[in-house]
Amino acid sequence: MFDPLKLRQDFPMYVNQVKMQGKPLVWLDNGSTTFKPYSVVNAMLRYDTVETANSHRGDYDLCYAVDQEVLATRKAIAKWIHATSENEIVFTSGATDSLNLVAYSYAMSHLKAGDEILIDEEEHASNFLPWLVAARNTGATLKFIPLTKEGRVTAENLEKSMTSKTKIVALAQVTNVLGYRIPVKEFASIIHRYGAIFVVDGAQSVPHIAIDVQDMDCDFLAWSGHKMLGPTGIGVLYGKYSLLEECSPFRTGGGMNNKFNKEGLFTLLPPPARFEAGTMPLAQIYGLHAAVNYLSQLGMDNVQAHETELKHYAVEKLEATDNAILYNADSEAGIVAFNIKGVFAQDAATFLNSRGIACRSGQHCAKALNEFLGTPATVRASFYVYTTKEDIDALADAVLHGKEFLDAYFN
Amino acid sequence: MPTSIELTPMTMREIIMDHYESPRHKGVPEKPEEYQKIHTDSVNCIDDFDVYLKTKDGKVEDARWEGTACTISSASTDILCDRVIGDDFAHAIYTIQQFLAMIQEKPYDDAPLDEALVFMNTGKQAARIHCATMGWDAMKELLEADEKKEGAK
Repeated sequence: MFDPLKLRQDFPMYVNQVKMQGKPLVWLDNGSTTFKPYSVVNAMLRYDTVETANSHRGDYDLCYAVDQEVLATRKAIAKWIHATSENEIVFTSGATDSLNLVAYSYAMSHLKAGDEILIDEEEHASNFLPWLVAARNTGATLKFIPLTKEGRVTAENLEKSMTSKTKIVALAQVTNVLGYRIPVKEFASIIHRYGAIFVVDGAQSVPHIAIDVQDMDCDFLAWSGHKMLGPTGIGVLYGKYSLLEECSPFRTGGGMNNKFNKEGLFTLLPPPARFEAGTMPLAQIYGLHAAVNYLSQLGMDNVQAHETELKHYAVEKLEATDNAILYNADSEAGIVAFNIKGVFAQDAATFLNSRGIACRSGQHCAKALNEFLGTPATVRASFYVYTTKEDIDALADAVLHGKEFLDAYFN
Repeated sequence: MPTSIELTPMTMREIIMDHYESPRHKGVPEKPEEYQKIHTDSVNCIDDFDVYLKTKDGKVEDARWEGTACTISSASTDILCDRVIGDDFAHAIYTIQQFLAMIQEKPYDDAPLDEALVFMNTGKQAARIHCATMGWDAMKELLEADEKKEGAK
């Protein structure tokens, strides 16, 4: 196990003692983004200061070195999530881009009128809108798996929603507001029995738990680098190789074609290069590699155990204030969705800001969810490897003094 | 209206909560056809409401608002209605300009602002500036459109 306070020595945002509203920063918005350790920052710096060259087709040493690092990153990610090969790892700009890639490159060419895409109302905009667009463009129908009253998607409700017309099921492995985790393997076997494919949004899961895509048997898995200590602007789409081969790219250009001419000849490179038209975010790929190494060294089981402990602690502390409404006390992830009694969520977040605490308020990009929760907005605190119990104590103390929320505007 | 409120955190809190919990000017007007209406909303907060303006002879006869709004935008828009009702256009626009200058932490004339002074430090919570100003921006737009119409007559 690791000591989160010691880990902070690896993170410039802590070493630099960044303050907010003149107070020491209490960072509880890891669901939206995470801090980068020096190893990630330095890896990016290495590309920009001593290893700059474009990837692909270089006839000189620097380019070869960059190509080798891109390949090494792909291999490290493949190993980390237990993919069968690095060729199943596509670099994208983030989870949003990855999900759009599946929607445009797979769904648009495989769906026809009358087919069904299945999601649920708790999905983030990035795992909702691409399917809405894919459905509109193909004449398919977007359908929603009913949630339990706690907000879970269950195998039973999934099975009830499946029909012979269901072609794609797209679900978050861990939802971004409530933090419920679905049993991917069990769901995959149901979905595959109906001949549909299973797209998993891993934005809130891959950074926090051990992943084995072969065991999970999902068909696609999408996530972002910046939610796992890596840089913004880089993400990953894992896809089973046979399915990636069935996808036609929705971005064309250099680095993805085999040959083309003015007579209209145009042949594609095999995956993953097929989907990576143009110059890739190379510094970010270097940084992502360092992030994978950092998390691998911590051990994902340790990361999960740490966050689980924090989650239990946070539920206990917030309940003890008797001034919080909790929406997800029993969810698996290190995410607490709550409101301060009598205080509107955005006002609560402003009040927390005035105490140096960064929490996200609002609908968290899951705009369909709030009707379900019966509240127009919630506050979300989300934890990561460097989160301490003291951070949670600061949050609980603020919640306890929630009635003073307007003081944020007076001091 | 008193113009000399002692502004302590306690009284400021009371004023905001009072307008939030018991707004004086919230609700669709009984005769909406007599009003001009403008919609305003925010991508960062829950705010999503309409501002209504009724004018007569170059003056603000009534001002109202209706919709979903957070504490800050509710209180600020409700106080706005108090500030402009009965005013002529020029003074109402002047008042709004002073309020916006105050929020932007620029020099301003506090005389016409009265209770609206409770928002004097809102600029420190940068993420919420829009909540405090959106009703005022909407009203300014209505007034300026009306002023132009009056001028054209």
